[in-house]
Amino acid sequence: MADPIHQFEIKKIATLGHVGGVEIAFTNSAAFMFAAVMLIAGGILLATVSRNPVPGRYRSAVEIIYEFVADMVRQGAGEAGMRFFPLVFTLFSFILVLNLFGMIPGFFTVTSHIIIAVALALIVFTTVIGYGFKQHGLHFLKLFVPSGIPIYILPLVVLIEVISFLSRPLSHSVRLFANMLAGHITLKVFAGFIGMLATGLGVFGFVVGLLPLGMTVALTALELLVAVLQAYVFAMLTCIYLNDALHPGH
Amino acid sequence: MAGPRSPKDDTELTARLKKLGERLGALAENERRDRDREDSARPRAAANPAGLARALRLSSEFVAGIVVGGLIGWLIDRVAGVSPWGLIVFVLLGFVAGTLNVLRSAGLVAPPGRSRDKE
Repeated sequence: MADPIHQFEIKKIATLGHVGGVEIAFTNSAAFMFAAVMLIAGGILLATVSRNPVPGRYRSAVEIIYEFVADMVRQGAGEAGMRFFPLVFTLFSFILVLNLFGMIPGFFTVTSHIIIAVALALIVFTTVIGYGFKQHGLHFLKLFVPSGIPIYILPLVVLIEVISFLSRPLSHSVRLFANMLAGHITLKVFAGFIGMLATGLGVFGFVVGLLPLGMTVALTALELLVAVLQAYVFAMLTCIYLNDALHPGH
Repeated sequence: MAGPRSPKDDTELTARLKKLGERLGALAENERRDRDREDSARPRAAANPAGLARALRLSSEFVAGIVVGGLIGWLIDRVAGVSPWGLIVFVLLGFVAGTLNVLRSAGLVAPPGRSRDKE
């Protein structure tokens, strides 16, 4: 049976050099990230190249994505949050395209590696902390002090709020990576059953093999939904977290 | 109008009771129909991606709180050498933080830094 983990293996394509004894290699993961960025940037540039004031079908599609993300930012972080629109749009389109790349057979799923998800979540986390302190100074720490709490349980509540805040990058990144990883392994395992049954049981196996085949088709549809939904959840939570940096302790 | 009640009064009373009962039944029936209509209208409103996105958040939010709490406790144990008290206390605090995360993502508790009554 095909190894269901094999698809996540990182392969070296070319060595770019060494930094302090650590090899810096161009991997298949990096190649797919490049491809995603090219597709997004190229696709949007191509859509805006026409000067026709009436948008065509293709440009309308790009505008719908823009409007979708802009609405999400306005809802999550308010009108002031629009200064973070480039960040949210980049994250959303990057994760969406990488997730959908993963749905194409034979393609590498970049977002199924926790290092990528953690890096993206830490970008958001450090942005929230950095912007919060820059904009509000020590006032930002009011985020951890809910108003109207009796003084004798305040230290406990602050401690809980701090743990809750620190758990954000963890849940933010683990949700994305775990959903993609688990989904792809499940898909691969069910697809593997078909080959095993057909080779192992002969004609009877072909008949029974229809069950995992149907399951694989259904799971593919589900995974497509999860791929889009996870990109949406990641971007939506980014907006909610940025809202805390913009308005701490209202 | 004191005195023994006549059979005529009794029949009048039962008739009135019956009429009252019928009106109450009709009112309750109306109310139930209204509620049913509202119930059937609600799922359509909740069928946007935000509801599904919210549901997907819940489990990971809870686990993240406990893991981070446990991690902090473990680090305190290593640094301060008070094992196992750091772990015990901070896993419990992490549990509380995880529950808070879940309630917050379900929209049942005010977001951080805000009190409910001010909203």
